Amino acid sequence: MTTQTSQPRTDPPAPADAVKTRSANRVPGQRSLAAAPSTWFVWAGTAAFFIFLIGILISVVVDSFGTSWFTNWLPEGFTAKWYASAWSTFGMAHIIGVTLVVALAVIIVAVAVGVPAAYILARRDFPFKKAITLLFLLPVLMPPITYGIPLATVMYNLGLGRTLTAVILVNLVPSIPFVILTMTPFIEQINPAIENAARMSGANMRKVFTKILFPLLVPGVLAASILVLVRTVGMFDLTFLVSGPDSDTLVVAIYRAMTAAGGGQIRQLVSSMAVVYTVTMMFILIIALRFVSPTQLVARVKESRED
Amino acid sequence: MTAPTIAGHKSTKSTASLRHRLAERGIDISLLMLVPALIFALLLFVYPFSYGIGLTFQPSAAIQKQWGAGAFSNYVEFFKDPFVLNSVWLTMKLALPAALFNVLASIPMAFKLRRRFRGKKFLTTLLVLPIALGTVLTAQGLLIFAGRQGWLNRFLEQIGVIHQPLALVNNYLGVFFSLVISGFPFAFLLISSYLSGIDPSIEAAAKTMGANWIQRFRRVILPLLAPGLATTFILTFVLAFSVFPSARLVGDSMGSTRVMAIMAYRAFGEQTDYGMASTIAIMMGLVELVVIAVVLMWRSFLYKGSTGGKG
Repeated sequence: MTTQTSQPRTDPPAPADAVKTRSANRVPGQRSLAAAPSTWFVWAGTAAFFIFLIGILISVVVDSFGTSWFTNWLPEGFTAKWYASAWSTFGMAHIIGVTLVVALAVIIVAVAVGVPAAYILARRDFPFKKAITLLFLLPVLMPPITYGIPLATVMYNLGLGRTLTAVILVNLVPSIPFVILTMTPFIEQINPAIENAARMSGANMRKVFTKILFPLLVPGVLAASILVLVRTVGMFDLTFLVSGPDSDTLVVAIYRAMTAAGGGQIRQLVSSMAVVYTVTMMFILIIALRFVSPTQLVARVKESRED
Repeated sequence: MTAPTIAGHKSTKSTASLRHRLAERGIDISLLMLVPALIFALLLFVYPFSYGIGLTFQPSAAIQKQWGAGAFSNYVEFFKDPFVLNSVWLTMKLALPAALFNVLASIPMAFKLRRRFRGKKFLTTLLVLPIALGTVLTAQGLLIFAGRQGWLNRFLEQIGVIHQPLALVNNYLGVFFSLVISGFPFAFLLISSYLSGIDPSIEAAAKTMGANWIQRFRRVILPLLAPGLATTFILTFVLAFSVFPSARLVGDSMGSTRVMAIMAYRAFGEQTDYGMASTIAIMMGLVELVVIAVVLMWRSFLYKGSTGGKG
């Protein structure tokens, strides 16, 4: 518990005879150290959650380095061979390459398409604005399977099934609205007077965009791109519907390894792939958290001013 | 314009060009910036979706023969075949309790942790960990950690709480756990940010008037938080409702966790009956919309005003 910084307090000290509780000998603004039962309950809940979380993480890591692990607390020996064999058996290099290509392509297209749209929605009023906004909201509110299955059917009919193109296109469906939803409030914060001043000084639309707006938008675009990256790498449902052996992203490849015919692959192989996935994702998230807040990672809510 | 009519309005042709008049209504060349996004939305969302709805009315020959209801056979199958219809209840049985648990457990936590304390940033950062784990590693981890030979059962046996390993995976519980692991941080972070949007001085005012903490929570905080709770519940529910990988990996995908997403995928990938797959997928959307509508209706009876803060 932190005590308050020594700001001069203006409120009068409490009358001495009124305080007969434990708080009598506390400086105003200092909180008691003895916690209420509810606090203990909260901490117990948090602890239980994190024990589960850390337990899950560590058990997979231990499993991925273990030789055989059936009846003891720990595997009999430790080895890194699973990583080597996962690398060769599944073509991990290819899978990671596919994942990165898909994520990059989705980010570039979603930003290129989404940012101009967000700019118009933030700045202008025009007929059918509400309807268009709703259209961009729908894919975010629906379960991915609901629009994913008809979309995948269309892809297969067009002969795009199992191709990289299909995986990229399918991932764009939730990503473009997501960029629009993230960028619209961000653009609304930028003072329109800046653009108007540039226009009055004779800059055309292109100049306004490149010299004025783009530099101001960079932080927002970065945040949106990182969020799209996290979502695309983690996206299972949509990718799974249209991807095939050559276009599986990492998540889907692990799932297929777990559910392969004949009870799935050897457990340690799957574990090592899962560890590779988590390490990749953590790497992305560590970079991400420098630009966005944890809340933004889960949904689009305005930043609280605590930090 | 030819002969000028007397009824002025239509005939007094504005001297402004068409372009100018459109611009007054907010239509001009810069709206073209919307076009790419609209094209993507139409081609990748509206068209496939309409096509999918069309597909539901083109049942396969087998289903048509079975139910003989012409174009509506897929829907008849959906409602008449208990194997299909049951999956709706199974999905609800998973998604509703999980979403409720995540939201309800988040409220006291967010409440306790709303003030600044040492390590708060660290804790919030840790909460992002489940995103890094992803559904697949969470499933794998649960199988190992909470399995029959896993550390959890082993530990509980060691301290003598249980004598047989508990069946925590490959059943309903396993999927529930994975939904909590992925959904709880989500709900907590959202509720925390809504809570920080409520002006603390409102609660302080209630405190000065002598309201104890239960009254303050019930009469002040809860009404202000309700819209945020509704939104959080909806988003958490959407996540839990479309659960798919974990239902297959840590659940019992033939029994208690045969959720709609699995049924839809089986029709799509294994039976390649695109019509039936689209039917299940679209019914999934409808069921979810019903739940969302109910939540929003409940919310519309509540206070909708300023929370006096930053939210």
